[in-house]
Amino acid sequence: MLDKINKVKREHIIKNGDESSPFAISLIDICKSFGPVQANDAISLDVTRGTIHGIIGENGAGKSTLMSIIYGFYQPDSGMIKVAGTPASFKQPSEAISLGIGMVHQHFMLVPNFTALENIILGSEGKKGLKSGLYAARKKLKELSQTYGLEVDLDSITEDLPVGIQQRIEILKALYRGAKVLILDEPTGVLTPQETERLFEILNALKSEGVTILLITHKLHEVMAITDVVSVMRQGKLVAHTKTKETNSEWLAEQMVGRSVLVNIQYPKGNPKHIALSAEKVSVTDKRGFDSLKNVSFDLHAGEILGIAGISGNGQSELLSVLSGIIQPAAGQFKIAEELFDATHHADPQKVRQLGVAHVPEDRHAEGLILQFQAFESAILGYEKSPNLGVKLLTDPNVNRTYCAQLMESFDVRPQNPTLLSSQFSGGNQQKLILAREISSMPKVLLVGQPTRGVDIGAIEFIHNTLISMRDSGCAIIVVSVELEEILSLSDRIMVMNAGEVVGTVNKQDATKPMLGKMMAGMSLNVAEKGV
Amino acid sequence: MQASRLPAYVDILVIPLLNLLTALFVAGIIIAIIGENPFTALSIMLKGAFIYKGGLGYTLFYTTNFIFTGLAVAVAFHAMLFNIGGEGQAAMGGLGIGLVALGLGGILPVPIVILLAIIGSAIFGAIWGVIPGYLQAKRGSHIVITTIMFNFIASSIMIWLLAGLLMAPNQMSPETVSFADGVMLFKIHQILNSMGFSVARSPLNLSFVLALLCCFAVWVLIWRTRFGYRIRATGFSTKASAYGGYRPEWIIILVMAISGGLAGMMAVNEILGVQHRVILNFTSGYGFTGIAVALMGRNHPVGIIFASLLFGALYQGGAELDFEFQTITRDMVIMIQGLIILFSGALAYMFNPFLERIFLANKGQKEPENG
Repeated sequence: MLDKINKVKREHIIKNGDESSPFAISLIDICKSFGPVQANDAISLDVTRGTIHGIIGENGAGKSTLMSIIYGFYQPDSGMIKVAGTPASFKQPSEAISLGIGMVHQHFMLVPNFTALENIILGSEGKKGLKSGLYAARKKLKELSQTYGLEVDLDSITEDLPVGIQQRIEILKALYRGAKVLILDEPTGVLTPQETERLFEILNALKSEGVTILLITHKLHEVMAITDVVSVMRQGKLVAHTKTKETNSEWLAEQMVGRSVLVNIQYPKGNPKHIALSAEKVSVTDKRGFDSLKNVSFDLHAGEILGIAGISGNGQSELLSVLSGIIQPAAGQFKIAEELFDATHHADPQKVRQLGVAHVPEDRHAEGLILQFQAFESAILGYEKSPNLGVKLLTDPNVNRTYCAQLMESFDVRPQNPTLLSSQFSGGNQQKLILAREISSMPKVLLVGQPTRGVDIGAIEFIHNTLISMRDSGCAIIVVSVELEEILSLSDRIMVMNAGEVVGTVNKQDATKPMLGKMMAGMSLNVAEKGV
Repeated sequence: MQASRLPAYVDILVIPLLNLLTALFVAGIIIAIIGENPFTALSIMLKGAFIYKGGLGYTLFYTTNFIFTGLAVAVAFHAMLFNIGGEGQAAMGGLGIGLVALGLGGILPVPIVILLAIIGSAIFGAIWGVIPGYLQAKRGSHIVITTIMFNFIASSIMIWLLAGLLMAPNQMSPETVSFADGVMLFKIHQILNSMGFSVARSPLNLSFVLALLCCFAVWVLIWRTRFGYRIRATGFSTKASAYGGYRPEWIIILVMAISGGLAGMMAVNEILGVQHRVILNFTSGYGFTGIAVALMGRNHPVGIIFASLLFGALYQGGAELDFEFQTITRDMVIMIQGLIILFSGALAYMFNPFLERIFLANKGQKEPENG
C-alpha cells in the first residue's frame, strides 16, 4: 500500500514537481573520486526552485563532475540526491531527464547534418511513424519557443547555424523532454558577447517561467550579472555559498583561487639586470578563431622572477606555449637572446631551447613527462641530443640511467630509481624530475607553469627554494601560477592577466591580495588601487 | 591500448601462450567434430613443420615473410599508427625489384643488381607507406582507411602492369619475363650443401638472414637511437612530442616510410628468392597476417621472430595436414590460422581480467608481509 502511495506521489512529482519542497534539487554529502583524485568531497547544496544558481571554480575544481552526477552521467560514491524533495538515484542521463533534469553541454551533442527539428527530437521520436512524431514535435516546439523567446528555424541544417543558435537547439532539446532544471556547462565559452547577452535574456525568461537553472562557469562577471545564488568550488570542495547580491567579484575570485599554501616565505627581492626576453604585442588566435592572447607586451630581466597571476584559462597557458615555441603568434613579436620571432619567423621548442630557454610545462602528465616511459627516458625529453648524454650515434641506456640518477640525487627525487615508470612517482617527485631536467641545461630563461600544482608540501618548499636560487644566479624566470600566495611569495614583479590581456604589472612590495584579486576579475590597476 | 598491470613475463609469455592454446583447443574440437583425432592432427602438423624432409626450410621461408610484415606493423605501432597496408606495400616492393632487375639485369654486375633490387623494394614500399603517412600528418586522413585503400590501388597497378606493359611476350599468364641469370638470392640448402652438410631442398634463401638483420636494425632504431626515442615519445603523447619540439607530423611521415620499406622488403623473399620474376598476388595475405604477428610479438623484434615462426609453422604444417587427411582440406588449415589470429590478435586481451584477478590477488596476499 505504501509502495502504491509512493508510486502515485512519484508520478505526481514527475508531472508537477513536489510543491511542498522549495528546492528543485538538493545534494547531500556527495562524494566522487577517480582513482586517487577526490573530484567531489562531501558536497551538500540546495538549489531553490526558479532561481539561477551559479557554480564557479577553476578548471579541475570538480564542477563538471558534480553536474555529471546531477544529470546521471556519473554515480556518486556516496551521498544522496533529492529531486524536489524526493530521493532519487540515476543510473543514466535518461533517468534524470525523466525527472526533469536536462543538461546543455559545453560541447554540443548535436548531429551536424540533421535539421534542428531532427536533432531536438532525436531519441524521443514517438512510437508511431516518424512523420507524425515530427508533426507533433513541431507544434510543441512552436509553443516552447514562443514562451521562452527561443527562436530557431527548425528546418535548417544544424551545422550551418551559428553556435548561439546551436546552443538554443540544445536548450530546446532539454525543454522538449520536460526539463524543469537546466544545467548549463560553461555556456558562454563559445559565444560572442552579443550572443551571450541574448542567452542571458533567454535564461531570465526561463527563470520567470519557473525553470531552475544551474550555471557552471569560471567567468566572474557573468556570475555577477545573472545569478541569484552562487556557490564556489575549490579542489573538490564547496568552499562558499552566498547570495549574489551580497557578494562581489573580488571576494569570489579570492575564494576561487585563494588556497592556503602553508609555505609562504617572503623571499628577499632579486637583483634584476639586463633584459633577457621581451614580448611586444603578442597575440594568439586559437583554432576556433578566438583570441586567447591579445597584445601582450612585457620585458623580463635576468635575475628576476616575473609572476603571472590570473584565474586559469585567461591566456597564461598560451603565453607559455608561445614563448617556448610550441604555438605560433598570430601577431606581434618576441625576442630571446637577440633573436626575434614573429608570425613569419617561427620559434620552435628545439631552437628556443638552444637559445637557453627551459620550460617546465603546466601539464606535467601530458607534456612534461611521458607517463609510460621509464624515469630515465622522461628525464631527457627534449634534451636527448644533449652532449651530456654522449655524442655517439647510438644512445646508451646506461649513460642515460646514470645521468638520471645524478639528477635524482641532486634534486632529491624519491624513490631514487631511474627505471621506475614516470607514472609511478608522486606529483611532487615528477615535478622535481622535470625541474631537474630543465635546470640542468643551465638556462638563461626559465618558464615555469604551475610549479607546485598537485605537489605535496615538502616538495613545494624545495621547488620554491630552487627557483629563488636560480634567480639569484642570474636566470630570468617567469612563473605562471593560479595560487596567489605562491605568486606573492616568489615574484619580484607581478603581471596580472584577464581574458588574454595584461591588466597591469605591479612590483612585489606594492601588491596586495585584494588588489590582485580585483585585477584578476578584470579591473584596471588604477581602479584596483583606489579600492585598497 | 590500456597499460597492463600484469608482471612483464605474464604479458610476454603467459598471455600469448594461453591465447595460442585456446585457439588450438577450439581447432581441436572442430577437428574432432569432423571425425579425426585432434592429437594425431597436431602431431602431423608439428612433424610437417619441423621434422619431415624440407619441412623446417619451408617453415623458415614463410617465417621470413612474416618477420618483414610483422616488423612493418610494429615500427608504425610505436608511433601509434596502424599500418594495415603491408599487403600493398609488399606488392609495390615486388614492383621495385622487378623494375631494377629487368632494367639493369645483364647491364650491371649481378651482385650490384641484387643490392639495388633490394634497395628498390624498400624504396617502393616506403613510397607506398609515405603517401598515407603524409595524408595522415598533414591532412588528417585516417591512416587505417588510407592504407587499406592503398592496398587496392597497389593491387590494381600490379594487374595493370603485369597484364600490360610488363607482361612477358607470347604467353598467357600475367607475369614478367624471368630475371637475368644469377639475379637471385642463394638458397640456404645450396649454401649448406656446398659446405658439406646434407640439407633437403626448400625455398629458404638468404632473405632469412636479411630479415634477422632487419629485426636487429629495428631494435636498434627503436631503443638505441634518438630518432627511435622521438618515435616512442610521439606514440605515447603527441603533446609531449610537440613540447619536446619533435614535430609529430614529420615523425609520422618518416615512420610510415620505414614501415612501408620493411613491408616492401617482404618481396625480396618471394620475388628475388624464389620466383625470379614478378607475378601477381605473391603477397597472398602475408601483409595482413603481419598485424597478428606484431600483436602477438608485442611489437618487439624478438617477439616478432617467435610469432613469425609460429605462423610459418602453421602455414607449412597446415599444408601437411591437407596432404595427410582426406577430410581436412586447405580450408580447414585456413580456419585454424584464422582461429589463432582471432585469439591472439582480435581477442589478445581476453584473458587479462582473469589473469589480473589471479596475479593481483596473490599480490594482495603478499602486501601485509611487506607492510
